[in-house]
Amino acid sequence: MFDARPQHNEYLRHRSAQFRSQVERRLNGSLTEDEFRPLRLMNGVYLQLHAYMLRVAIPYGTISPDQMRTLALLASKWDKGYGHWTTRQNIQFNWPKLVDIPDMLDALADVGLHAIQTSGNTIRNVTTDAFAGAAADEVTDPRPYAELLRQWSTDHGEFQFLPRKFKIAISGGKQDRAVIAAHDIGLRLVTNDAGELGFQVWIGGGLGRTPLLGKVVREFLPEADLLPYVEAIISTYNLAGRRDNKYKARIKITVAERGLDVMREEIEAEFLNRRAVFTGVDQALLNDLKNVYAPPAFRDAPEGDYEAQRARHPAFRSWTDTNLLAHRVAGYASVTVTFKAPGQTPGDASAEQMLLLADLAERFGHSDLRIAHDQNVVLPHVHKSDLYALYEALREAGLATANAGLISDIIACPGMDYCALATARSIPVAQDIADHFRARGLEDEIGKFNIRISGCINACGHHHLGHIGILGLDRAGVENYQITLGGDGYDIPAIGERAGAGFPGEEVVPAIDRVIDAYLELRESPDERFIDTYRRLGVAPFKAALYPANA
Amino acid sequence: MSKGFTPSAATPAVITANDLRMGHCVWMQDGGWTSDPREAQLYEDEAIAEIALLEAIAQGNIVVGPYLAEARRGADGRPEPTHFREAFRRRGPSNYFHGKQADLEASNV
Repeated sequence: MFDARPQHNEYLRHRSAQFRSQVERRLNGSLTEDEFRPLRLMNGVYLQLHAYMLRVAIPYGTISPDQMRTLALLASKWDKGYGHWTTRQNIQFNWPKLVDIPDMLDALADVGLHAIQTSGNTIRNVTTDAFAGAAADEVTDPRPYAELLRQWSTDHGEFQFLPRKFKIAISGGKQDRAVIAAHDIGLRLVTNDAGELGFQVWIGGGLGRTPLLGKVVREFLPEADLLPYVEAIISTYNLAGRRDNKYKARIKITVAERGLDVMREEIEAEFLNRRAVFTGVDQALLNDLKNVYAPPAFRDAPEGDYEAQRARHPAFRSWTDTNLLAHRVAGYASVTVTFKAPGQTPGDASAEQMLLLADLAERFGHSDLRIAHDQNVVLPHVHKSDLYALYEALREAGLATANAGLISDIIACPGMDYCALATARSIPVAQDIADHFRARGLEDEIGKFNIRISGCINACGHHHLGHIGILGLDRAGVENYQITLGGDGYDIPAIGERAGAGFPGEEVVPAIDRVIDAYLELRESPDERFIDTYRRLGVAPFKAALYPANA
Repeated sequence: MSKGFTPSAATPAVITANDLRMGHCVWMQDGGWTSDPREAQLYEDEAIAEIALLEAIAQGNIVVGPYLAEARRGADGRPEPTHFREAFRRRGPSNYFHGKQADLEASNV
């Protein structure tokens, strides 16, 4: 397990002390809010609707049991007993007091965690596949590269005032589970014809008010050229990106306006300059990181009574059917613990649940935990002989809901229940949809189905990538929800198509119900997922179901 | 929201902000601040409201981001919100009994 403490603790304590002093100066009137705001944002502190919010980075979603226990401490000591997993593999605390935040940052520093660059126009937390190092289809583990990028980008002097925020995703699987096409830079680990490892490099993807999928700027980048090439991309963007209009400032707009070929030419020219001054220290560090991320000591043991327990307990069988992913090592599985139980707020975890997960990771999971971008937690390495005991422990804590990837496994941003930018609520919509399909008993029948909800155009709920996407808006002082169809964030990246006029809150569930009924009617077999039926038939039959009066 | 809106007898306003130290929502009352939205002062005159807003902005060591929010006079004479965002700020989130709804219940006990 990677342990950031030795490298960063002193630096993080220094940053925390700096922030403590800034808070003191804000409170004694030496700093105005205009002066203080950029300082607090650099430390992940937002002021939201009802309270301050602290966003803590969980580097590429990888977290140790001790770090998880510290998140539990923050939740119970300085918040209201819970935290919220975000779609960028971070955690947000919704109720901290400004005066307590320096103490929270100190506690985080003790375990190598921080909130640096979780806001502002900087390079944000690098995200990756929650199943990194475990998935059966993996080319190689992306985490050493993610950590290299993290160390390089943290406090990188050149990139603290970019035209806009900047998000990098890296994926090591044959199947992309990090949605690299929806990021400013997407890195896909591949091998070339000679069998050498490298990256397919994508740029210019992003959601928000102008959703665009990225484009491949370099088909094959040798592994050793990662940092100079990424640096060349971001420095090119830093100069060429627009600063006159924040809605046109992301690299997706720079690429769209200037053209991919122009960008590529400038990036490749700058790359030669940058590569010339890299001394190789990055490659030495990368080699160290590969050792840090060496696989744990996997057990070569029989599966025990795993199949017998599956046969004996239908609920356990159902959970293993939905919440496990194939592991690259025989006898192992990766477990998704969903935070989407009936009535639950998507992605909310109590301090008690965090503590339990930390213990269970130590007992059953080689002390490895991941925060997934779908607001769930993954135990990447669990031996099958331990699965029943793990399941029982999770079940007692209400954490064994068998719904990973099903219609109730909804991704939702905090929406106007918390967020100052939101134009409508997301959480109650997610709860109503999940409750409805549970009540109809249709979850298993519908199968894999991905609903994503954002409470404003900024699209933190990644609604464009949902099979059904829901966008909450304010229409003349009433919450109104626009529906998009056919998006995909897992398989073949696709931006959903806006179906038509929005729906008032109370009409959202019936509208989605009609789409689901149409799908169940139209699919050729129970194995045909909604997205497959949609690709086969197009949007028309589902639009007709949404708007029967127009059909 | 205050955008494009002028306080008047027909469209009254309250002044609201967040508390600097704690972050919770507060409303202006007699030149100071209250945590109880029902105690907020209702402004029905544009000039008086604008002067009060300037006073609120001058209290940047107590509150953050004061603004005029449209309101209406309720049956009991107290201010009520006209927009759902302000209603949520007065109540708290819908997924937990946290925020104002809990604070006000505790203070009424």
